[in-house]
Amino acid sequence: MSQTTKTIEVIHKPEFIQGNEFKFPIFQVLKQDGATYKGAKLPEMDQEEALKIYRTMVFTRVLDERMLAAQRQGRLSFYLQSTGEEGTVVGFAAALDDRDMIMAQYREQGALAYRGFSVDEFMNQLFGNELDYGKGRQMPIHYGSAKLNYMTISSPLATQIPQAAGYAYGQKLEGKGLCTVTVFGEGAASEGDFHAALNMASVHKVPVIFLCRNNGYAISTPSSEQFAADGIAPRALGYSMRAIRVDGNDILAVYLATQAARKIAVEENEPVLIEAMTYRLAAHSSSDDPSGYRSKKEEDVWRAKDPIARMRNWMIKKKWWSEDEEKQLQDSMRQEVLDAMKNAEKRPPPPVESLVTDVYDEVTPQLHEQLEKLKMHVRKYPDAYPKSAGRMTHG
Amino acid sequence: MAKMNLLQAINNALDIAMAENEKVICFGEDVGVFGGVFRATSHLQEKYGRARCFNTPLVEQGIIGFANGLAAQGHVAVAEIQFADYIFPAFDQIVNESAKYRYRSGNLFDVGGLTIRTPYGGGISGGHYHSQSPEAYFAHTPGLKIVVPRNPYQAKGLLLSSIRDANPVVFFEPKRIYRASVGEVPEEDYELPLGKAEVLKEGTDITLLAWGAQMEYIEKAAEMAEKDGISCEVIDLRTILPWDMDTVVNSVLKTGRLVISHEAPLTGGFAGEIAATIQERCFLYLESPIARVTGLDTPFPLVLEKEYLPDHLKIYEAIKQSVNF
Ligand SMILES: Cc1ncc(C[n+]2csc(CCOP(=O)(O)OP(=O)(O)O)c2C)c(N)n1
Repeated sequence: MSQTTKTIEVIHKPEFIQGNEFKFPIFQVLKQDGATYKGAKLPEMDQEEALKIYRTMVFTRVLDERMLAAQRQGRLSFYLQSTGEEGTVVGFAAALDDRDMIMAQYREQGALAYRGFSVDEFMNQLFGNELDYGKGRQMPIHYGSAKLNYMTISSPLATQIPQAAGYAYGQKLEGKGLCTVTVFGEGAASEGDFHAALNMASVHKVPVIFLCRNNGYAISTPSSEQFAADGIAPRALGYSMRAIRVDGNDILAVYLATQAARKIAVEENEPVLIEAMTYRLAAHSSSDDPSGYRSKKEEDVWRAKDPIARMRNWMIKKKWWSEDEEKQLQDSMRQEVLDAMKNAEKRPPPPVESLVTDVYDEVTPQLHEQLEKLKMHVRKYPDAYPKSAGRMTHG
Repeated sequence: MAKMNLLQAINNALDIAMAENEKVICFGEDVGVFGGVFRATSHLQEKYGRARCFNTPLVEQGIIGFANGLAAQGHVAVAEIQFADYIFPAFDQIVNESAKYRYRSGNLFDVGGLTIRTPYGGGISGGHYHSQSPEAYFAHTPGLKIVVPRNPYQAKGLLLSSIRDANPVVFFEPKRIYRASVGEVPEEDYELPLGKAEVLKEGTDITLLAWGAQMEYIEKAAEMAEKDGISCEVIDLRTILPWDMDTVVNSVLKTGRLVISHEAPLTGGFAGEIAATIQERCFLYLESPIARVTGLDTPFPLVLEKEYLPDHLKIYEAIKQSVNF
């Protein structure tokens, strides 16, 4: 139907509509002390599921702490934390079907852990050893798992967003009732790829959920210098897409919003945008020092809204959890992470041949030649290339 | 003279350019208060205000499109792309727009005031997407100038020339030596010419050519070769587009041999262009095939980056092969 066939209100004065007149409400269920808002709809979540969610959040927090320490000790080249955003990340993952595709940015280790990525699998990637699925090609935290329907992370921001629309279109054609969730920061939402993705998805009616983690900063750039409007959610309206803004530190709200969004995506083949309001409590990455661009006071305000504490308070109120269990969990997870780290560190890197594989489906003659030349060179100067020299077969 | 590292030299050049000409405007991701992720723009916002040094939203095509417009309007835009790996979202704006503004308008309009600064190169454990050397993609685009400094002294002089040049310039900064490379840099204003190579060391047996971060390795390889009694002429190309053919040709006419090194992959790398030109101009003077020491024809790896990258040992081997051909 062309636009002109609809009845349109006509005005006779040049009256402009200001974009920010409309303010998005924020969906919240859980208070910080673990109580729930009166009249709030609670998810159907049993104790087992709640515990799984909670354990996953604690696991990623512990992983982040340990790995940042390992980076500081020079054992790891780089690390990037999810601290403060676990509610958003684990919350959305828990609300999905495990067969739904996740196309994440890089701060979503909680979603992968929720799906069952083991601590060893995390470590192999972080240390880029011979068991790393990515074969030591990408920086730490660029995880991926075909088995767990988690697309391997790519560093160039926002590239995954239009890909998610395409992936979901494919899912729709297959008619399996699955969707794709793509996660990105409010910074990445400035990229052209974001806008292209929303438009493609709404025109072609695809079952994709766009999930923005609005954590206030893109490296040092505060969201006030990222966009002039009321956040990311209103952008969906321009593409005729449904959107919801949710308290990203409220696990129950994120869970419910994602469940509802998934229903729209899968049952109606419509894209949905979720904006999760949260805060990046940690530095941007191990290379960053946030004291250069924000105050401790500001961080403290958000530390008081810790999503893990909020869920713990809720579970304690429900008698699903206790302080004793908490201590045990923390201790055992710390030990598990440390043991796995030691194992992964000891493993050798991928063999030199891995330099030329997977560029194409088969190694081209040129690459063969380049590899042979390189191997000859490494044999001649083994001390200069210790990572591969030791493992190379002679001859 | 002051001791500066490469970043400080860049910061100093930006400071001088902004103080001298109020039309100079610096912007990019995190360049404002923070001073850029590497701190190349530190204190510029404090000194010159938010209107002239600011953070942009996170959108490279927007940054360069904006810069093109600003430069077309008559301002001097110095845009930062946080890593050269992330210049590709802006590829269209650079290749189709910046490079062709003057040509397509019959010189009615131009964006000569544009300079794009971006850290490039590997050797920092940056893996796949924080290590690439994309100069050859841009070298295929008439209308751009491409500049790569190798040390702080050059960085300052070449950046000032780039900012004042009447053409759009892509300025690749070797991030591996941002802090490592410290040297004497005059505090006052000076320029180094674009389009001119620098002969670092004269020699008679072989010419070694590179740019940016590779210079350290070819100098080291030259030292090794000299111990074997091979006299090396070492040239820093400095400007990739337009490149200084005369200096390289004259050198090869003298030495009869040429080794070129760069980090980018072999196939389609800029060394191929140089090799073709030199064999055309120096064919009868060549004593051995021109050698290229480059990255592999693969994406950039993380764990095995030492294996991937050209280094002094690989260049040294190429020198010996060339001399013993
Ligand atoms: C295309 C591109 N440009 C720049 C970068 C460098 N970079 C990495 S993370 C980042 C900030 C991202 O902020 P946001 O999307 O808000 O996510 P957050 O880190 O806050 O979770 C930048 C600029 C990049 N990875 N890709």
